[in-house]
Amino acid sequence: MNAEPRILNTPAEVTLAEAFSASRGHLPGDAAVAAARTVAFDAFQKKGLPHRRTEAWRYTDLRVLLRSVPPAPPAAPASIASADLLPGLDRARLVIVDGAYRPELSDLSGLDGVEVTNLATLLDKGDERVGALAGRLDDAMVALNTAMMAGGVAIRVPAGLDVTRAVEIAHVTSGAYSVFARNLISVGAGVSLRIVETFTGLDAVASVANIVTEAVIDDGAKVTWAKLQAEGKAAVHLSTTAVSIGGESQFDHLTLMTGAAISRSQSFVTYGGEFARAGLFGATMIGGKQHADIMLGVDHAVPNGASRELFKAVMDGKADGIFQGRIVVRPGAQKVDGKMMTQGLLLSEDASFSVKPELEIFADDVQCAHGATSGEIDEDMLFYLLSRGLPRAEAETLLVTAFLAEAIEGLGDEAIGEAFEQVARDWLAGRKTLS
Amino acid sequence: MTAVRSVAAGMNGQIKMLSIKNLHASVGDREILRGVNLEVPIGQVHAIMGPNGSGKSTLSYVLAGRDGYDITEGSIVFGGEEIVETPAEERAAKGIFLAFQYPLEIPGVATMTFLKAAMNAQRKARGEAELTTPDFMRRVKVAAEKLNVTQEMLRRPLNVGFSGGEKKRNEILQMALLEPKLAILDETDSGLDIDALKTVSDGVNALRAPDRSMLVITHYQRLLDHIVPDVVHVMAAGRIVRSGGPELALELEANGYADYVGAAAA
Repeated sequence: MNAEPRILNTPAEVTLAEAFSASRGHLPGDAAVAAARTVAFDAFQKKGLPHRRTEAWRYTDLRVLLRSVPPAPPAAPASIASADLLPGLDRARLVIVDGAYRPELSDLSGLDGVEVTNLATLLDKGDERVGALAGRLDDAMVALNTAMMAGGVAIRVPAGLDVTRAVEIAHVTSGAYSVFARNLISVGAGVSLRIVETFTGLDAVASVANIVTEAVIDDGAKVTWAKLQAEGKAAVHLSTTAVSIGGESQFDHLTLMTGAAISRSQSFVTYGGEFARAGLFGATMIGGKQHADIMLGVDHAVPNGASRELFKAVMDGKADGIFQGRIVVRPGAQKVDGKMMTQGLLLSEDASFSVKPELEIFADDVQCAHGATSGEIDEDMLFYLLSRGLPRAEAETLLVTAFLAEAIEGLGDEAIGEAFEQVARDWLAGRKTLS
Repeated sequence: MTAVRSVAAGMNGQIKMLSIKNLHASVGDREILRGVNLEVPIGQVHAIMGPNGSGKSTLSYVLAGRDGYDITEGSIVFGGEEIVETPAEERAAKGIFLAFQYPLEIPGVATMTFLKAAMNAQRKARGEAELTTPDFMRRVKVAAEKLNVTQEMLRRPLNVGFSGGEKKRNEILQMALLEPKLAILDETDSGLDIDALKTVSDGVNALRAPDRSMLVITHYQRLLDHIVPDVVHVMAAGRIVRSGGPELALELEANGYADYVGAAAA
């Protein structure tokens, strides 16, 4: 018998290889970018799509889940008509449709002094920021993004600037396309910046988005960043945020996952300087047969860093919620304080919640802890509210909203928090009595 | 049994707010209420005293409509209406209020949001118009001042980080705002120091009204020095075993529950 060590490519992998061959000639970038694309695609092909034996992806087996890959978006810019998911939240908007930055749809008012560039333009000129952080990640889907990235936006905020108006990076998918976008965010020393990232698409449209964002936050900056994944119900959403935070900076990040059939949001935070603080929060609200995976990697590469993680997930129907959180404390990174908590709320007997916390600690004078809980709505609390006359549906909505609110409010931004809590309330209002 | 009869006779002709007949309730295989008979006329304050484990708290939960109890026998008539099958939220709208022994901490729900939701839910269930925000704020302000509930407490999430006394004051605040017909106070004195006990009792006494009845459940007599009941009932082993006037509480304070525990076991 002939041993055959090679696993056969899945149809999706075959389509991706064809797509790379067909598009590599006209994707943006200079010779160095083109060479990097080839290296990245080889790396992707070597790994293949992540599967259940890929430890970091064990609950999101793309060899099984990613059945087919839709075509690239058309060259002609698509028109979009989407409802505002965050009404009442004042913000500037950088709109990216099907992976291409669209200045004519964007609103940059209030961003004086902030440099906004089309990523495709940067790739043509060459820019050392591209891949500076993402290139360090050992991840097949990030490599695929590097090979295929077609556009996106680069934002640079010069040192000392206080940007009071929130900036939305709005990713919109207009049809059943494969979208590969890359964003770069450079935050100068002492800057204050509020970012809102949104991902939306059309219901019943099987789009596949693979979006990577690289952000470098310099010393003493304060960045608040809220991500809203509200893709269409048939979409596949894969997004990765790689962030490096400077000394004495403060980085607060919230991921709210509610859309897409299959989604995975990865955040990798590396401490580049001492006395930086990160607050990392998550709120997942899914139902039906949705699958939502949050992957978090926190790398305490230097001493005296603090991180607090609070991830909440509400699963209804037959939904699968997943959280993988990994905190690494490198040798010598003393006095690190890291606390990670994950809480799941199951609204249905068929829903599931998988949690995999990992602490890798190579320093001896650190405080690290993790905890995880999973359960149903608290009967005592429910009775307390019912006994005051609140109808059951309203009482349950109040408790679920409150459950999520702790994570949403952890971000520490009242205006963004209120807008995101409204998204949570709208999600709950779309349901009947929970039990 | 003589005392029960004499009290019942004294109530002849009075309109009953609450009438419990032969009420049996179980949790799983364990029967906790074993034939409770109790009548509370409109406008009266009745106290239920009894040793630990006699079923006092269960009675309060069963009256408020908590899930998890099997009512195997008997009836609860409130305002002339059978309510054994009525869900908790509907009982609340009809005018039953339970002040919890251990009020729940509910993180993420602002106290003011909760108060407004509760008041408007009850008004809606009764077909009344919702309160305007200024009207709501005014009512809360007036009631909160009387109970020494600070604005700071009202801004916090419901009961989160409240001391025992603050939680109990918050219960009475809810009672004042919801204006129930029947208020059940479950061990409201537990965890209170003398000053807090006085504030809470004054708050309860201020709510005594000819059209409102109260059922005060307590282990100790001291609460009844402040909230003087019209009738005192003794509960043991899931039944009301004796009823009398306020002097019965003093007798229990002096002699303890030993007689009743023995009698119930027999």
